Amino acid sequence: MLTDFAIIFTLILGVWLFGRPRNARLGNLAAAAALLCALGVVLYRSPVTEPVIVVSALALGGLAGWAVSVRVNMTQIPAMVAFQNGAGGLAAFLVSFVELARQDALVTTTAKTAGILGLVVGAATFSGSMIASGKLAGLVRQTPIVFSKHGSILLGTAAVIAIWGVVAATGAGPAVVWSLSILVVLSVLLGIVFSMRIGGADMPVLISFLNATSGLAAALCGIIIQNRLLIACGAPVAASGSILTYFMCKAMNRRLIAVFVGIQMQAKPLGSESAEDAPSASEPASETATVPTSETPRQQDPFVQAVEAVRGADSVVVVPGYGMALAHAQFETVRLADRLQAAGKTVKFAVHPIAGRMPGHMHVLLAEAEVDPDMLAEIDEINPHFPSTDLAVIVGACDVVNPAAIEVSGTPISGMPIMEAPNAKQLVVCNLDEKPGYSGVDNPLYADPKTILLLGDAKATLGRLLENLKPETQSAE
Amino acid sequence: MPEVLLMLSVFVIVFLIGYLLISKVPPRLHTPLMSMTNAISGVTVLGALLLFSVESGTLVKGLGALAIASAAFNLVGGFAITNRMLKMFKKRKRSA
Repeated sequence: MLTDFAIIFTLILGVWLFGRPRNARLGNLAAAAALLCALGVVLYRSPVTEPVIVVSALALGGLAGWAVSVRVNMTQIPAMVAFQNGAGGLAAFLVSFVELARQDALVTTTAKTAGILGLVVGAATFSGSMIASGKLAGLVRQTPIVFSKHGSILLGTAAVIAIWGVVAATGAGPAVVWSLSILVVLSVLLGIVFSMRIGGADMPVLISFLNATSGLAAALCGIIIQNRLLIACGAPVAASGSILTYFMCKAMNRRLIAVFVGIQMQAKPLGSESAEDAPSASEPASETATVPTSETPRQQDPFVQAVEAVRGADSVVVVPGYGMALAHAQFETVRLADRLQAAGKTVKFAVHPIAGRMPGHMHVLLAEAEVDPDMLAEIDEINPHFPSTDLAVIVGACDVVNPAAIEVSGTPISGMPIMEAPNAKQLVVCNLDEKPGYSGVDNPLYADPKTILLLGDAKATLGRLLENLKPETQSAE
Repeated sequence: MPEVLLMLSVFVIVFLIGYLLISKVPPRLHTPLMSMTNAISGVTVLGALLLFSVESGTLVKGLGALAIASAAFNLVGGFAITNRMLKMFKKRKRSA
């Protein structure tokens, strides 16, 4: 009892430490230590019958987890987290399955109910996370896949699961294994149908939600085996997932239901994924971008204009988007910012909470490129400064800077707080193409006379830009 | 029945404490936060280990081994990747 309490306390301590960037790493280690102790305690209390199987399964899973975590790059983090989440869901529903199938006389009604719920939540988390991971890794089409009557199918599956759950719970004898198996299949189906229709910029909400359900599945699993540690560990996960789900919805000014039911996503044909999401559409920068802006009397190469704009600006705000992640351009972006700062300019990064494919994704990418933490600014902090900003550099972002969100009503992004980059005196946009972002809403910013469009791969564009800025600022690296 | 109440209250109390603490985590740590909590949900490995505390058939052993392996994958991978990310966060900028 006391040991359990100490372990739970360490875990909470870890979560508490996590609140401050300086202590976060220690917090993570504390949580890991808590779980390691829990593992030791459980093994000590109830010795296993098959040590060879247990140890090799532990080693195999652990080593695989380690190996993957060392290799994965930061752009792939969302896919990785979703995959791990799925693995957790798999373990949770397997444990519930076996415990229920054993039909111990000890199993109470509560435990049985928890077990059935854990089985359903775990299995749906498993399949939902795998679909999400596939989408994020580019193995499954990223745009939402919507069946006709998708909502009815979803609700129907859920209803059948509810009824079948009762059947499986009240059943007895060898038939239970079969009814449980059917329940697993139905739940896996539910997870697939559920997450298939969510895509693109809604992925952060989906991942956060699945994070919460995996915690719930673990806690429910703890109720059936009457293990406090499992319950106590599942709870903060459920809490964290819920909070992040709420934050992400708030950042988009959308309700959870709207994201899950996807009512708003019909504005444009599904083919038009984010401007930055369509690698096939890459065009040579000069050809498409020679549309003369009204300010320039002669047709001028936008690239030359951009170089001048960057040189002339005293204050610069960089707005990164998922396109930066896709182009792996975070290093060039940060290098540009560093060089400009070294040349005496004020440089800030404006990070929109939903930029990227999971909460905080942009921050991880910029951290990977060793960004100066003092340059990072949140949306509320930076927005009042845009009117006095000489130059906003947009790197692979579309919807989060789309003025239509504020000016036009009735679009999927209407009402979403945006980075008010359009208020800056001049803009340089390094996007792959002029296609609308994930929401399908055209971005009037592209046609704005103060915008200099540098279409094409952001990594290449920024590389060229850096190259051309060299003479004036000297090598600042 | 009291056992049920105890379990429920453990869940509710830890959930609430977690909620209070986690809502203060700054947005720039949200990805590592999710990655860490994700690792914590690998706690199901305990449940999977307990499946082996009594004698059982081949099917249960197979499912149990699969559960242990995937939970361990989640657990180790999650903490390791969180640590890697946080290490990056800690790194100071190169001297410009």
